Amino acid sequence: MSVMGLFFIFVFSVAILWLARQGVMESPWLEEGEVAHYRRAAGTEPPPATKVALAIFLAVAGCLFSLLAAAFFMRGDAPDWQMPPIPGVLWFNTFLLAASSVALQVALVAARRSDVERVKTALLIGAATAGFFLIGQMWAWRELIELKFFASSNAANAFFYLLTGVHALHLIGGLVALARTTDKVRNAACVTKELTTSVELCAIYWHFLLFVWLLMFAMLIGWADGFGVICRRLLS
Amino acid sequence: MYIALVMVLVVVGSILFHILSPWRATPIASNWGFIDDTMGLTFLVTGAGFVAVILFMAYCLYRFRHQPGRRAAYEPENQKLEAWLGIVTTIAVIILLAPGLLVWGQFITVPKDAMEIEAVGAQWNWSFRLPGADNQLGSSDVRYIDSANALGLSPADPKGQDDLLVTAGELHLPLGKPVKVLLRSIDVLHDFYVPEIRAKMDLVPGIVTYFWFTPTKIGEYEILCAAYCGTGHPQMRGKMIVESEADFEAWRTAQQTFEQSRKSDAGRDKRASAQ
Amino acid sequence: MTDASVPQNVAPPPAEVEDVELYHAHSWITKYVFCQDAKVIAIQYAGTAITVGILALVLSWVIRLQLAFPGAIPFIDAQVYYQSVTMHGMIMVVYMLTAIFLGGFGNYLIPLMVGARDMVFPYVNMLSYWVYLIATLVLVASYFFPGGPTGAGWTLYPPQSILTGTPGHEWGIILMLVSLVLFIVGFTMGGLNYIVTVLQARTRGMTLMRMPLTVWGIFAAAVMALLAFPGLFVAGVMLLLDRTLGTSFFVPSIVELGEHKEYVGGSPILFQHLFWFFGHPEVYIVALPAFGIVSDLISVHARKNIFGYRMMVWAIIAIGVLSMVVWGHHMYVSGMDPWFGFFFAVTTLAIAVPTALKVYNWVLTLWHADIHFTTPMLFALGFLVTFVNGGITGLYLGNVIVDVPLSATLFVVAHFHMVMGIAPVLVIFGAIYHWFPKITGRMMDERLGKIHFWITFLGAYAIFFPMHYLGVLGMPRRFYEMGETAFVPASAATLNIVITIIALAVGFAQAIFFYNLFKSLKYGAPAGGNPWRAASLEWQTPETPPGHGNWGKQLPVVYRWPYAYSVPGAPEDYLPQNAPPVRGERSP
Repeated sequence: MSVMGLFFIFVFSVAILWLARQGVMESPWLEEGEVAHYRRAAGTEPPPATKVALAIFLAVAGCLFSLLAAAFFMRGDAPDWQMPPIPGVLWFNTFLLAASSVALQVALVAARRSDVERVKTALLIGAATAGFFLIGQMWAWRELIELKFFASSNAANAFFYLLTGVHALHLIGGLVALARTTDKVRNAACVTKELTTSVELCAIYWHFLLFVWLLMFAMLIGWADGFGVICRRLLS
Repeated sequence: MYIALVMVLVVVGSILFHILSPWRATPIASNWGFIDDTMGLTFLVTGAGFVAVILFMAYCLYRFRHQPGRRAAYEPENQKLEAWLGIVTTIAVIILLAPGLLVWGQFITVPKDAMEIEAVGAQWNWSFRLPGADNQLGSSDVRYIDSANALGLSPADPKGQDDLLVTAGELHLPLGKPVKVLLRSIDVLHDFYVPEIRAKMDLVPGIVTYFWFTPTKIGEYEILCAAYCGTGHPQMRGKMIVESEADFEAWRTAQQTFEQSRKSDAGRDKRASAQ
Repeated sequence: MTDASVPQNVAPPPAEVEDVELYHAHSWITKYVFCQDAKVIAIQYAGTAITVGILALVLSWVIRLQLAFPGAIPFIDAQVYYQSVTMHGMIMVVYMLTAIFLGGFGNYLIPLMVGARDMVFPYVNMLSYWVYLIATLVLVASYFFPGGPTGAGWTLYPPQSILTGTPGHEWGIILMLVSLVLFIVGFTMGGLNYIVTVLQARTRGMTLMRMPLTVWGIFAAAVMALLAFPGLFVAGVMLLLDRTLGTSFFVPSIVELGEHKEYVGGSPILFQHLFWFFGHPEVYIVALPAFGIVSDLISVHARKNIFGYRMMVWAIIAIGVLSMVVWGHHMYVSGMDPWFGFFFAVTTLAIAVPTALKVYNWVLTLWHADIHFTTPMLFALGFLVTFVNGGITGLYLGNVIVDVPLSATLFVVAHFHMVMGIAPVLVIFGAIYHWFPKITGRMMDERLGKIHFWITFLGAYAIFFPMHYLGVLGMPRRFYEMGETAFVPASAATLNIVITIIALAVGFAQAIFFYNLFKSLKYGAPAGGNPWRAASLEWQTPETPPGHGNWGKQLPVVYRWPYAYSVPGAPEDYLPQNAPPVRGERSP
């Protein structure tokens, strides 16, 4: 529940700060005539709709992962809770996902500099490392199943599969978007503004998924146990 | 215009219904009269609000209905009025909340001298357990449940051997003594519900929940289940009998202990195998 | 008057805010079936929602018949009864109310009211509807699987919902959970669209504080829905895994009918937290669009600006934020840590303050107004009565100690039907009577509309007002039959029969509405572009019904707020949002 509290404080502060800047304190009946569409510094353009949509989607996905984390900590209080051993391959996977994130950031920088070739290479490296990350995750699942840590045998195992599974599904969705971007770049002679936006969206999403994964990984290997203890102390 | 009249009639009708209604809370049989008082207070405050808002609305509907030549006033807001309304509402809410929270504070503070008893729910019947001579209930776990141990008492726990088991769904309680009811379910959610004592609480499998009350009236009361628990939900009934201390002691001594029930079961098994 | 904060030397942005590449339908199929025009999607959403709504209405008759005449109707047994209760609740709350307010009214009104040509992502919008339709079909399909639909109650509390004592534990519960997950996926696509459209596609001059309250209500509801539905998603997926793979998220070790189950250690209360984390905001997801629409109906038909517009907006935001932290009031007697009771009682009663302020402002809008008793206005007034009535009983149930005797009784049933059943449904009817002329170009029959209103409003009030008293008496909800119970007098059974008769009558009376709807579609009097002489933007379209792209060649420019009614000095009693200010006119 503390996880949700932190999440909401963050989301609502952003929302309310934004609303305050949009003039929710003004009396609309007093102003007549054209009012500028957005209150922003002269000369800047509004962000593309897709970027706004991504930001909101990240809030939704963030809410989903926070709820899963909250459920993880609440269920983890039960005496039957027994975390499975963490397959070593996860360390390598973490490295792969980080590399993927870096690759997409490189692609974004290259796109801003209109370096098409570099964008292509970086995107391909990003996609490949992300693909290997997914294979690595499947490897980790197989390893646990071979060691007979089934989802039905302990809730901690079930949470391991659920958390990694939901994260992987999000990454697969991202890979679809990345594939479409890569396809666009392949046929492009130069980097258009639209293309840069696509690459930027992929990069933002990748950083988000890396961030989620790092927190999740910390939870799974038990580094976050202290957090649960702090929460309980706060509540009691 | 007639709509204003109908709105007034809705208010008058609602008040009349409230006064004339034969459906009232059951006569209270526990110490939780405060709950009824808080509810009565809530009724007065919110009822006044309802009547005021709807009658004011009805007046506006009559007074400011469209007539040829009428033109509405232009008044975007009146911050002073809105602030006052906000303050009055906040005060009304505090009037409701403050006693409510005080009583809730009592509700969750169990008196030290309360007698502990246990109610166990299963699809779809009630069983009870009372402490024996040692005045303590033994530990229990769902894992121990079998045909000879329907409530899952720990066979090894010495505190549990003298616990009294009541499986007929009839619970007796002494008058005027606070009771802490420990609640345990062996399958799904149930809820220990006796309308006359006002208090109720869910039985949650996996954990032990509780609530407390003091019976204040001799009589026989029906125990219902108030958390949907499957198709047999309405049939899940029990009886709670509040009686004098002496009657209660007489009933109590007639109950079987955990130890006795296991012995008699074992005896039955022996007889069965001999035949 | 121009806004001083805008530097004068900067050229105003062009009226075409953004180059929206309009989608063009090429065939009948893409124009009416797989259509990307928000207006068509809105009709599809509303049509589907109303269709399943009728199914849920019929199910409510099954419930009522059983309660009035227990055992007398041969095909209603306990199994059918509980399946009807569950499906009625789930369909009405999620598949009907949520879908019609956001998918129906949201899709139709947001682009028109903010001056956009369409939703920002029309393709995703279309996808949203089709996923919703599939979710609905999966749900209804559970009637055709062995065991039938789930009878777990709409709250689907484990362990009961996945055990054999509950009807539909074979397939019904699985299909229900799959359907909910699909609904959430589809809704997330739609919700993103509504929010981004409000944020990005407003026309020139349409500041946030110049949006009609309808848009504010739908916008806030969409934000809340996006944050709340993940709760149901997580709960649904985890329960699905408990049911199919035998994981132990929610189910502890139990003995079911003498048999030890494999589950161990799960927490049923965890499910309740996740469910109500969605379930309570859900109430406001339904209520906020209704609040917004009612504000507009009252203002237009009382020819007066909504009183305290700013307060109305702030109240919407406050309710939106607060409603995310009150879910525990559904769990006062659930066995959770009783100390939470204090916290949730305070937040719950705190939410009453902004809500009450909204009620005051609606009523104060009528003060010194010029009230036209049109059918939409009648429905708005009916909403006020039922909402105030249902709202104050919420103060009983929110105040933790008063909730203890009343929880799980018919008082709760009466409360939530009044406040989130009847009240929003009256708004839906009012909104249909109000916007039907814009959608079809024809008026609905006023006389039939008024008959429909009186039967529905008075009938519904007569159903649910007395029901509270059965709850005070102590009659529990979700009882297939009361049987012989000492504390229930015979008169309670009589009242149940009366309620059932009224419920059947009100249910059948809805035929008047549908007759009116279809008759007016063809024979209704031509409405013209703006029959109610309303000021907000959707009434100022060049064509009625609005054409593809809504606004012809040029997007409208907005010069004032949407509530410029009876402005002193103005020639008419309303000033459209897009009418340029007359030079020398005194600013209001």
